[in-house]
Amino acid sequence: MLASLTLILGCQLAGELFSQVLALPIPGPVIGMVILFAMLMIRGQVPAPLQATADGLLSHLSLLFVPAGVGVMVHLHLMAENWWPITAALIGSTLATIAVTALVMVWIDRLTGKAAEGESDA
Amino acid sequence: MRDLTQIWVYLSASPLLFLTLTLIAFQFGTWIYQRSGGLPLFNPVLIAVIVLVALLSLTGTSYETYFEGAQFVHFLLGPATVALAIPLYRQFERVRRSALALGVSLICGSLTAIVSALGIGWLTGASHDTLMSLAPKSVTAPVAMAITEQLGGLPSLTAVLVMLTGITGAILGPMLLTLIGVSDWRARGFALGAASHGIGTARALQESEIAGAFSGLAMGLNALATAILLPLLWRLVF
Repeated sequence: MLASLTLILGCQLAGELFSQVLALPIPGPVIGMVILFAMLMIRGQVPAPLQATADGLLSHLSLLFVPAGVGVMVHLHLMAENWWPITAALIGSTLATIAVTALVMVWIDRLTGKAAEGESDA
Repeated sequence: MRDLTQIWVYLSASPLLFLTLTLIAFQFGTWIYQRSGGLPLFNPVLIAVIVLVALLSLTGTSYETYFEGAQFVHFLLGPATVALAIPLYRQFERVRRSALALGVSLICGSLTAIVSALGIGWLTGASHDTLMSLAPKSVTAPVAMAITEQLGGLPSLTAVLVMLTGITGAILGPMLLTLIGVSDWRARGFALGAASHGIGTARALQESEIAGAFSGLAMGLNALATAILLPLLWRLVF
């Protein structure tokens, strides 16, 4: 547990360093994810303690967004003035993005004959 | 006995109070969500945010004071993002096999997010600040804020719009995907991550590990794609 948490934090730290030193437009944790992924590829398997730590962190992932979400209170005034464009753009654009991304992926998979690999019953 | 105001002042000076309240508000949100039978509108993050904003407003507490406690939860976002490498690794064979579909759909999705946000915002009369803060809304917060800063918008407003985009996608995304007949876990996850970054990924992880892995991947790739595409588009148009 301690070793795997250290590994995860170490990857994040390395990611932050890369991001800062090379002035990359990608945030440190995302680079950290790539580093940890590369390490897993080299190792060829996920050690059980690392799996347990990751499960712990990811099982309540949405909780971690609450503090940033409360930041909405700082901009309530500006948002009240622009509530209609903001609501329209958020809903319209988010739905359009989800539909386009999913449909393009499904179509290309169908064209290349790779459909049905990740079928669900949803 | 000291009066309540004094106790409140004492407690709110330590991180303990707002850290605990954040956990309670989220569990309350989860409870409501489960009680509603998983109705998407009762999103636990949304409920927790509403409860906390109401509480802070009623007690006259500033966001800065709140964040001193909540930052411990907020901090875990970084390690959790790194930990997304594990579902990604476990699903890598699937990712590799659909690399072409992923690449093309990501670029289409990224462009759709930017152009539709700017287009709808412009048509409905958004202010200049709002428009520029809306443009990178589908990207994970730290990247979106950096992009907005580059364009000359308001990074803190962007952070809020990014959150709201995430919640919107988590609430409406799975319903929309089912409605348009997308049942493939890979496509469902990838679309949620591309449009609604980490909050979409949290939602996708609830659907299945496959969806979660593809969603985390889309979040990372869309951060990269938008950071490159948006400033280019901006230069073309303005």
